[in-house]
Amino acid sequence: MTNTEARDAMEHVSSKFGITPEDYMLPARSEIHMLDVNGKLHPSGQQGVEPGHEYPLPNPKALVDAYEQLVIGRRVNDQNSALVRQGRMAVYPSSHGQEACQVAAALCLDEGDWMFPTYRDSVAVMAKGVAPMEVMAGFQGDWHCGYDPKQYKVSAQATPLTTQLLHAVGVAHAAKLRGEDTVVIAMCGDGATSEGDFHEALNFAAVFNLPVIFFVQNNQYAISVPLSQQSVAPSLAHKAVGYGMAGERVDGNDLVALLAVLGRAVRLAREGNGPLLIEAHTYRMQAHTNADDSTRYREDAEVQSWIAKDPVTRMRTYLDEAGLLPEATVERITASAEAVAKTLRDGMNSEQVPDPADIFAYVYSSPTTQMTEQAALLADELAREEDTK
Amino acid sequence: MSTTVITSSAANGNVSAATAAAAARTADTGLKPVTFAKALNTAMADAMALDESVLVFGEDVGVLGGVFRITDGLTKRFGNDRCFDTPLAESGIVGMAIGMAMNDMRPVIEMQFDAFAYPAFEQIASHVAKMHNRTKGRMPLPMVIRIPYAGGVGGVEHHCDSSESYYAHTPGLKVFTPATVRDAYLMLREAIDSPDPVVFMEPKKLYWSKDQVDLEALRVSHETSAVPPTEGRAAIARPGTDATLIAYGPSVSTAMAAAEAAALEGRSLEVIDVRTIVPLDDATICESVRKTGRAVVIAEAPGFASVSSEIVARIQERCFHSLAAPVLRVTGFDTPFPAPKLEKYYLPSVDRILDAVDALQWEEGA
Ligand SMILES: Cc1ncc(C[n+]2csc(CCOP(=O)(O)OP(=O)(O)O)c2C)c(N)n1
Ligand SMILES: [Mg+2]
Repeated sequence: MTNTEARDAMEHVSSKFGITPEDYMLPARSEIHMLDVNGKLHPSGQQGVEPGHEYPLPNPKALVDAYEQLVIGRRVNDQNSALVRQGRMAVYPSSHGQEACQVAAALCLDEGDWMFPTYRDSVAVMAKGVAPMEVMAGFQGDWHCGYDPKQYKVSAQATPLTTQLLHAVGVAHAAKLRGEDTVVIAMCGDGATSEGDFHEALNFAAVFNLPVIFFVQNNQYAISVPLSQQSVAPSLAHKAVGYGMAGERVDGNDLVALLAVLGRAVRLAREGNGPLLIEAHTYRMQAHTNADDSTRYREDAEVQSWIAKDPVTRMRTYLDEAGLLPEATVERITASAEAVAKTLRDGMNSEQVPDPADIFAYVYSSPTTQMTEQAALLADELAREEDTK
Repeated sequence: MSTTVITSSAANGNVSAATAAAAARTADTGLKPVTFAKALNTAMADAMALDESVLVFGEDVGVLGGVFRITDGLTKRFGNDRCFDTPLAESGIVGMAIGMAMNDMRPVIEMQFDAFAYPAFEQIASHVAKMHNRTKGRMPLPMVIRIPYAGGVGGVEHHCDSSESYYAHTPGLKVFTPATVRDAYLMLREAIDSPDPVVFMEPKKLYWSKDQVDLEALRVSHETSAVPPTEGRAAIARPGTDATLIAYGPSVSTAMAAAEAAALEGRSLEVIDVRTIVPLDDATICESVRKTGRAVVIAEAPGFASVSSEIVARIQERCFHSLAAPVLRVTGFDTPFPAPKLEKYYLPSVDRILDAVDALQWEEGA
């Protein structure tokens, strides 16, 4: 049972770009970027310098819509970090600085496409349409996952690193067997690329020629450990070649380039050309979580140097200079960001206590005898507590 | 001779175990003997024929039909989309199955051997077991992880582990282990139908055991719900009155042989086949122990912190006042599974079981 499908697809897509499969698989010699740090559009000749790596500029409407999500994403990060500081939320891994990646990961997908996010990707999850308070349920300590993955086509935010990449592969595989054209985006961080499941997921996706976009947000650190201690590959995108898939690296603070690169990747995957690996070069501006102290492992000067590359400022400058941000639009965007922030504050203030009986309710489709006995024990304990009040 | 009997406990509300067992101890039925392996193979084929979402995959399960041939012919009959080989990666196999189950498939996956399921442990413990709970039941994972397990076949290291306790200890997993040809068919069909993930542990020493079973009749019975489910229902494999032997999977046949031998010495032992370790049928086990007042639990796995210790603990908690003697165990030693030439010293044997039965304080109690 010789498998030629993946090889044929690779031949087909590379010949479309007029290059060899090997050249198609290799990322461009430098990362793709379209906006420079000052928000100026690079001349198109410099964006993707090689054949097969040219990316069309997304249309103005798509850019303004994405900018709106970018502003909301920044507001969500800042609001949640504030709630954590005030002790009103247990933990929040902020994606401050990575919002362009977050937004692009959601906007490149169609309605029926799936997303497999991590703990860091709350903004992406919201940008795909999950109600903000349903996302926050986990961080608030109400329940592990507060939303319905099937309804939103967003998997529960994964904590065990890269385990979710394999689930993404399975969802894509099931869809392909049924002849559906679902695309799946599977997200992880730079450190996570060292995990075994990263390797297994990429290999499975390539061998079965599945429409999965592996999207790595390289924010330079895995908690305290810098990328240089995870990998000495020329780039994380180069790892694609080892699996027989195409890799590309992109400026992760450049929303325009992200939309262009991820948009093309999704189109190629949907057409049956197999998986792709996209590495976005970005920076985690805050500590790993509120429990972390990043001054123990990185210099403040390094953090400062990334402020100049801020994804929000860069995008705003570009759109503004292109005349795409009239006053009314700015006001509308600010209002929607404030509305989400208010939802988060109000939600966090309501002292909802989860039902202890739920501990037993969902372990199996119906509780076992043992679980029913234990639930009765707890119910009895609670009833007695209530009596002594 | 088919000796498995659906039981009867107060909780299950069936007829008396002893009556049912006696009725089932039938003579030669004239049927052609069927292997345990064939029963499993037919169960998968029947499930695949009935439901397009049932998929089989793993290592060497396609053209080869699996190293034990349990998936023999499935690729030929159902095509390479329904039964296929994956790259060599157990975490990948389980992880991909999770995603498929999330997207409305019913994967039935094979781990090649017990110890080679360990690379998949994170996927099993962190996701297979927890997805339903994590999502408040909104993301069920109907999937079956088939694992050939345990010793008795002279296998080399990493091919003889009894790993059931790891799975049984993980809430969210169901753990089934058949001991008869009939149960091999019915329990695998049930596992595939289950809305919950099932770790399906196949005693590899039983693969080539035979019994006179009409698989087509079982198919009809299963598909028309004419047979009661096995989940959460232990079977009384042999009725008795003096002491209870509790076993599962590969140890049931050893317990049966011990009961046979004890009968020659005038001692009537009841043998309980646990069948589904999770969920465990406390009621049937306790009903028997309350009746006999004595029990020995038998398992191949090391006894320390194991399914056998759990069963003993549950008996003490529930049947203390009916006990005439401490509940004893005959298990594997608390050592790694030994090399092939030494396995006979390690595995629970008829003699060791009879010794344990002899030690059940008959002087005082009887
Ligand atoms: C399997 C596993 N090992 C360890 C951890 C603990 N842990 C959580 S996040 C993290 C760092 C991950 O870094 P990276 O993949 O770069 O993602 P980032 O947090 O930077 O977004 C670690 C070690 C975990 N969640 N899962
Ligand atoms: Mg990182």
